[in-house]
Amino acid sequence: MEPFQKVKSIVTPLDKVNVDTDQIIPKQFLKLVQKSGFGKFLFFNWRYDENENLKSDFILNDSKYDGSKILVAGDNFGCGSSREHAVWALDDYGFSVIISSSFADIFFSNCFKNGILPIVLESTLVDKLQQETDLIEVDLENQVIKTNSENIAFEINSHKKKILLEGLDDIAQTLQFEEKISSFEEKSTIPSVL
Amino acid sequence: MGKTLFEKIWESHIVVEKQNQPALIYIDRHLVHEVTSPQAFDGLRMNDRKVRRPDLTIATMDHNVPTNDRSLPILDQTSAIQIKTLEKNCEDFGIKLFDINSPNQGIVHVIGPQLGITLPGTTIVCGDSHTSTHGAFGALALGIGTSDVEHVLASQTLWLEKPKTFEVRVEGKRRNPHAVTAKDIILSIIKNIGTAGGTGTVIEYRGEGITDLSMEQRMTICNMSIEGGARAGLIAPDQKTFDYLRNREYTPKNYESLVDFWKKNLKTDPDATFDKTFVLDINEIAPQVSWGTNPGMTCDVDESIPSPDEFSNGDANQKKGAEKALEYMALDSGTMIEDIKIDRVFIGSCTNARLEDLIEASKVIQGQKVASNVNAMVVPGSQMVKKQAEEMGLDKIFIDANFEWREAGCSMCLGMNPDILSPGERCASTSNRNFEGRQGNGGRTHLVSPVMAAAAAINGHFVDVRKLDLN
Repeated sequence: MEPFQKVKSIVTPLDKVNVDTDQIIPKQFLKLVQKSGFGKFLFFNWRYDENENLKSDFILNDSKYDGSKILVAGDNFGCGSSREHAVWALDDYGFSVIISSSFADIFFSNCFKNGILPIVLESTLVDKLQQETDLIEVDLENQVIKTNSENIAFEINSHKKKILLEGLDDIAQTLQFEEKISSFEEKSTIPSVL
Repeated sequence: MGKTLFEKIWESHIVVEKQNQPALIYIDRHLVHEVTSPQAFDGLRMNDRKVRRPDLTIATMDHNVPTNDRSLPILDQTSAIQIKTLEKNCEDFGIKLFDINSPNQGIVHVIGPQLGITLPGTTIVCGDSHTSTHGAFGALALGIGTSDVEHVLASQTLWLEKPKTFEVRVEGKRRNPHAVTAKDIILSIIKNIGTAGGTGTVIEYRGEGITDLSMEQRMTICNMSIEGGARAGLIAPDQKTFDYLRNREYTPKNYESLVDFWKKNLKTDPDATFDKTFVLDINEIAPQVSWGTNPGMTCDVDESIPSPDEFSNGDANQKKGAEKALEYMALDSGTMIEDIKIDRVFIGSCTNARLEDLIEASKVIQGQKVASNVNAMVVPGSQMVKKQAEEMGLDKIFIDANFEWREAGCSMCLGMNPDILSPGERCASTSNRNFEGRQGNGGRTHLVSPVMAAAAAINGHFVDVRKLDLN
């Protein structure tokens, strides 16, 4: 995973609550066996009509948001299915920061495994950022979002911050605890399945 | 101070713990399926890693398998590749697989308990959000993403932040337990707490309304914990739990000594406290029907669809959500639920496709026919459920009523296989999600119990099953 850098971009406001992962990436695209190439299917049913032409009324299809790296969405973003394909699609499309007043737990966890920073802010601040038309900067190191008019501080768990900033391989970290895992297994009373 | 059941399971699985950081938690059971695992196995190969504990890992194929004749080839090439990929991955990494021809094949959350793989007090993960189902047995069961699937395959552990505890106490007795089911209890809970009400928590369901339920009904409750936003749902094991798991194909040999241990340890202490509590009284509860595009958008069968104002209680974003939902569902506020006509009926999914569900639904349709404009199907949760149902003659009751009787799989719950709604079709479904397009692009889903779905199939519209004789 690449270390997370400062992000400077305009925001894409997605003015919806309870955006579920079925909307982020519909089921027909879950049959692929690789992690890449999901960006073109992001928000598929909202982005394309039945003839697979772009729908003019969906925000991602407005060219002024081309190249945006920051998605700002309503409450409970990423609810529903655990499919990590949703995060792969957002990442592949080009988003590296997602801001909402709350995230569903599994989606939130999946973001950090893929170098995406989910930021939780008060809903009044989310509403305000959805109106922001100028470039904003997300600085993870200093935990601050800089707009032309203000600096908005955000909270993040220090462990998760470190993982993103250093681009750490989760599994390699864990396997350093091999001895502890083995000694846990020796004491465990739970039988094998087979 | 006393501890909750969740805290006891959590603490007994900590491998590494540091202050203010996630804990490394040991995983006792890892269930794998074809959709969320291929990239995880690829990751292992790229890093030259092996599966640490194949003996704690079980795989099956459920999400995109066809539910028609199993002797036919799979026509969808991408599905066929995904299924082949799982076969190869299981072979390469030494994992036990219940493949498409296995008598044990089925929805992963149905077969785990049926085979005695799910055990009280264990930690269970699967790359599927409905893993919460296994919490019905007093297991801490978590849905995870593919990166975490890879992490568990490689290390048999997960880094987890400790969730908060949420007590949902279900009090009272249902007047008509055949008409008002576990599905109606959990939909009522979600309607009240909201789809994000459980975010960051593990729910423990308690109270007479829960202990009265059978194991299969408890699974329906825990299954939909994720629909209330919770990380997991739990029910303390009792005699029903221990009896259910005895003498299953994979029940451990030292089962009785495990039961003795579980009886002593797996319950919330009387003086334990929860971070929050919600109480539902079920004395007067009605059958539930969802009208919108998330499971919180639900009302009683004898009510009319609320207006966005009534639904949102002054929250502008929720109001907008309800307006969008009604537009998508092509429904108007004020329409009586019983006046909504349906095109399709789906009895299936990890929520409601176990034997009891099929028995209850069959009572409604016995000797009757599906309405002429309705297409109805039953997809048993596992091949074992299918076989048991056939031994009881339930298949004949369904087929005689013009239901399709299928092979096991996730099927139209998420429409990854050919079982999907056409745009605009309206479905009474026993599944768990009514999201836009969930059962097929443009499809409209109403979540209901198996008896409500069966009655809707016969009548062509929703009916209040409390009016029927179901005893």
